[in-house]
Amino acid sequence: MHILEVENVCKSFGTTRILKNISFSMDKGETLSIIGSSGSGKTTLLRCLNFLEHPDQGRILVNGNAIFDASENRKKTDAEIRKDRLHFGLVFQSFNLFPQYTALQNVMLAMELLARERSDYKADKKRIHQEIEEHAVSLLADMGLSDRMQNYPHQLSGGQCQRVAIARALALEPDILCFDEPTSALDPELTGEVLRVIRSLAEKDTTMIIVTHEMAFARDVADTVIFMDDGAILEQGDPQKVFSNPSEERTRQFLTRFRDQSV
Amino acid sequence: MVLEQLPIVIPALNVGFIQTLKLFLVTLLGAVPLGLLICLGSMSRFRVLKSIVRFFVWIIRGSPLMIQLLIIYYFPGLVWHNPIWGGGETGRFSAAAAAFIINYACYFSEIYRGGIQSIPVGQEEAGLVLGMKKSQIFFKVKLLQMIKAIVPPMSNEIITLVKDTSLSRIIALQEIIWAGQAFMKGSQGISGAIWPLFFTAVYYLICNGILTLLLSKLEKRLSFFQ
Repeated sequence: MHILEVENVCKSFGTTRILKNISFSMDKGETLSIIGSSGSGKTTLLRCLNFLEHPDQGRILVNGNAIFDASENRKKTDAEIRKDRLHFGLVFQSFNLFPQYTALQNVMLAMELLARERSDYKADKKRIHQEIEEHAVSLLADMGLSDRMQNYPHQLSGGQCQRVAIARALALEPDILCFDEPTSALDPELTGEVLRVIRSLAEKDTTMIIVTHEMAFARDVADTVIFMDDGAILEQGDPQKVFSNPSEERTRQFLTRFRDQSV
Repeated sequence: MVLEQLPIVIPALNVGFIQTLKLFLVTLLGAVPLGLLICLGSMSRFRVLKSIVRFFVWIIRGSPLMIQLLIIYYFPGLVWHNPIWGGGETGRFSAAAAAFIINYACYFSEIYRGGIQSIPVGQEEAGLVLGMKKSQIFFKVKLLQMIKAIVPPMSNEIITLVKDTSLSRIIALQEIIWAGQAFMKGSQGISGAIWPLFFTAVYYLICNGILTLLLSKLEKRLSFFQ
């Protein structure tokens, strides 16, 4: 069974069609990268998966269960949406760390709030809190941030902030971790450290969808590449094939332009 | 001369200043929550409500507080023949408090709106994606950022409020300006003395000095994040 299936997802803002019949699927442990020019709908697609936008048409299935179905009349309650969106994690282009919390607190906050809903929370408060802290500490250590845990976001570099944000998203153990241009707000020097972390996640078979403009990275890390253009998926498949021998003229144009720019 | 008058003037000014402080505190206690209500109304999704509230805020912020004081105090009696405030100091105080609370709530509401709108939408989205409830996002993520954003403009308004209370002299509330002026007209055997009126400034300065210290302390306590 596919871990994620997206079926005929459409989304318009007013009269502008942002997503046109998007369909794809992915398997557990797979890394999918989505490339395409700005405005091609990549970010909107990720936002639909995370319930930050609601598609006008289509279905989204996780492990075979429809978590979103536009044909259903019943509107989901906030509580249901909260539960469903936990299948996904999202790392933002602009990090969106909470400025009043330290790196460690940023990673712990959502876990703590969710733990309060556990039936054994009252009785085992201390132990649960300790487990959450240990989990957060080990996540930050994985990100190479052991010495930065007590720092506030404004005391961290962009690359460090983004790594905290990745740890924060991983803390809730999402089935699928989404990255929305995770390095676009970083200067080139800091891009590498974030890409290294994402690469190590790919090696650990984390299921990921990465929207990126880092073509070389998309090619090397991804198991599958999707090329989006004007709200539609134009091409998808093995990265070696898409990058070296695209079947669509538009893909070729896009990749050529990118190659020219990166020289 | 002044030294001889001091034991009479100071207690009288103290009494007036207590009334000033009372008006200041009542206004603050009333306008802080009422401002939040007006703020929510001015950002409401219901267009009619939003328009009405914004029109009201425009009226209150666009016209002099002194006129609002006069209207609120005299209008019910003169036009409706129903002097709801009653006579005497209590009635004057109630009317003054009502005028000040309404006026300051409108100013506060705009400050709150600025504070709420200064928080990037990404903060809410990050909370949502992490499975937080709307209420958790408000209390755990946004509230402190909002407070940090509004402390400097609120400090400004609060200090202005201390001085603005003197406007209630216009409806003869016996606050400190009234108390100082009394010695010009003649009171407790002193008349034609203008120094008590000038001396009231010292009370305002001390009061605002203390407030400035407290508020800048609060600002410093919130400077651990950006």
